Amino acid sequence: MTAPIRVPGAGPEPSPPPARAALPRRPVPGTGALRETGQLMTLAATTVRDTFRRPFQMRELIEQFWFVASVTILPAALVSIPFGAVIALQVGSLAQQLGAQSFTGGASVLAVIQQASPLIVALLIAGAGGSAICADLGSRKIREELDAMEVMGVSPVQRLIVPRVLATMLVAVFLNGLVSVVGTAGGYFFNVIVQHGTPGAYLSSFSALAQLPDLYISEIKAVIFGFIAGIVAAYRGLHPKGGPKGVGDAVNQSVVITFLLLFLVNVVLTAIYLQLVPQKGA
Amino acid sequence: MGIEVIVEGLTKSFGTQTVWQDVTLTLPPGEVSVMLGPSGTGKTVFLKSVIGLLKPERGRVLVGGVDMVNSPERDIYEARKLFGLMFQDGALFGSLNLFDNIAFPLREHTRKKESEIRRIVMERVEMVGLLGAEGKLPGEISGGMRKRAGLARALVLDPQIILCDEPDSGLDPVRTSFISQLLIDLNAQIDATMLIVTHNLDIAATVPDNMGMLFRRELVAFGPRELLLTSDEPVVRQFLSGRKDGPIGMSEEKDEATLAREQVGGHSLPTAPRRVAPQLEPSPGLPPRQAVQRRRARVLAMWDQLPAATREAVQAGLVPAQGEPA
Repeated sequence: MTAPIRVPGAGPEPSPPPARAALPRRPVPGTGALRETGQLMTLAATTVRDTFRRPFQMRELIEQFWFVASVTILPAALVSIPFGAVIALQVGSLAQQLGAQSFTGGASVLAVIQQASPLIVALLIAGAGGSAICADLGSRKIREELDAMEVMGVSPVQRLIVPRVLATMLVAVFLNGLVSVVGTAGGYFFNVIVQHGTPGAYLSSFSALAQLPDLYISEIKAVIFGFIAGIVAAYRGLHPKGGPKGVGDAVNQSVVITFLLLFLVNVVLTAIYLQLVPQKGA
Repeated sequence: MGIEVIVEGLTKSFGTQTVWQDVTLTLPPGEVSVMLGPSGTGKTVFLKSVIGLLKPERGRVLVGGVDMVNSPERDIYEARKLFGLMFQDGALFGSLNLFDNIAFPLREHTRKKESEIRRIVMERVEMVGLLGAEGKLPGEISGGMRKRAGLARALVLDPQIILCDEPDSGLDPVRTSFISQLLIDLNAQIDATMLIVTHNLDIAATVPDNMGMLFRRELVAFGPRELLLTSDEPVVRQFLSGRKDGPIGMSEEKDEATLAREQVGGHSLPTAPRRVAPQLEPSPGLPPRQAVQRRRARVLAMWDQLPAATREAVQAGLVPAQGEPA
């Protein structure tokens, strides 16, 4: 491109772009990541705020809840049985080496309820529900449907994203209950039937080590993970780069980013919980 | 009556690339304006900036006291209810059928009964000639039908300002003429301020009261239609005549070498005065457009600033309509 050619009578002399073109602002490394993080946080805050704004989209919430639940229930149950089993086997064999077989039950159940269950739930919600939400929003974005909605004075965050995020949170809570039960039952089965543990020892060590707050933190984790999965999916879906390919990339990124955040947040929540709540028998 | 849209010093860039800068214009209330420009000069970006979908870096867009660029989000959402925007490809909701698509703004923003909604929607459906197709999904109809459905949806809330993004793209010439007539009829009926973004020369010549042109990152001109239709500016002339010779090239701008070669080659635009096509009239049976009288007063007020060719064209347009010399 050459210097701009002056069009006679075209209003004021065009202010010279070369001055700016010659010195393009070089972005400071890292600002991109910070900006993305900031936008993600803004979306999270907006979503929380719009949750309490009328009119509430009940119909959309029910539809999304049903959708997310239908794609996650079966895989969650199927994953949680072997997961409970593998923890039971691992903890069982370790406990045997240490000569503490009687605590196998409590240890494996705590591992399932506090750690495995919320993570399984969140991974499945992000992988099955979140990816679908991200793809749906992304394709609506590139078809300008979301712009059209905004132009009609309807906030896409309030209309579409709030119900979706609430749906992932609710499904996470309920699914967490399911996975905890199925995982514990699977652990019991493998410990008692396969490893020939004693049912009584399994159950008594459970009541000796576990307490109700363990279940609370499990559900709290599930809610927070569900929120993260929903928000990240919505955020990536709202900002696809380019056309249909961008939507595919966005879905991919949303799942990866959710996984990264989940494990990070899990460490923080676990550390806080173990600090704040005195463990039984400790 | 429509609402005035005042654009002041608007500048928009993506990254380091400036789309356009210092765009200042006023869309007079109730009048039809057209924004022209070669492909890729940011016409759609301008439209989206007016309605607040994109945020320009500098300047403001005033609509009934709300600045669509800098005002709080809540005010902007409220002001958007005054607008109807027809997207380039309709931007219909893929999961809803045409009826539900067109009824969407009514269901979101009004507490009308379903029977009332049905009446309004079917009225608009008939207006854009889609009767019988209202049960179809957007994926099942042609691009032209999607576009008309998008227009119907933009109209259900009786907007004061109507923005059309390339109403002609994807339509055959006959349907384009119908759309042109439809836009003029609409203006006669609801007296809304209208801004049409297009590069269709027929629409540009016959529909608008005012014309503007974006080129090379700035607003080249904006004014009464006669001003641009008789303009001697090379860009405007080249564009309105659809020729190769002139400052507009295949890429966004011609480079200097090509331009110099053309000048040596002696290509120059004929300087004969061009005839200005008469503006479309509303269909018979509709009320006259109120904007015509207002525009007449406005143009006469700026009479001294208009070039001679423009004055002639204005006079030619006024004489048959008014029966008196301007």
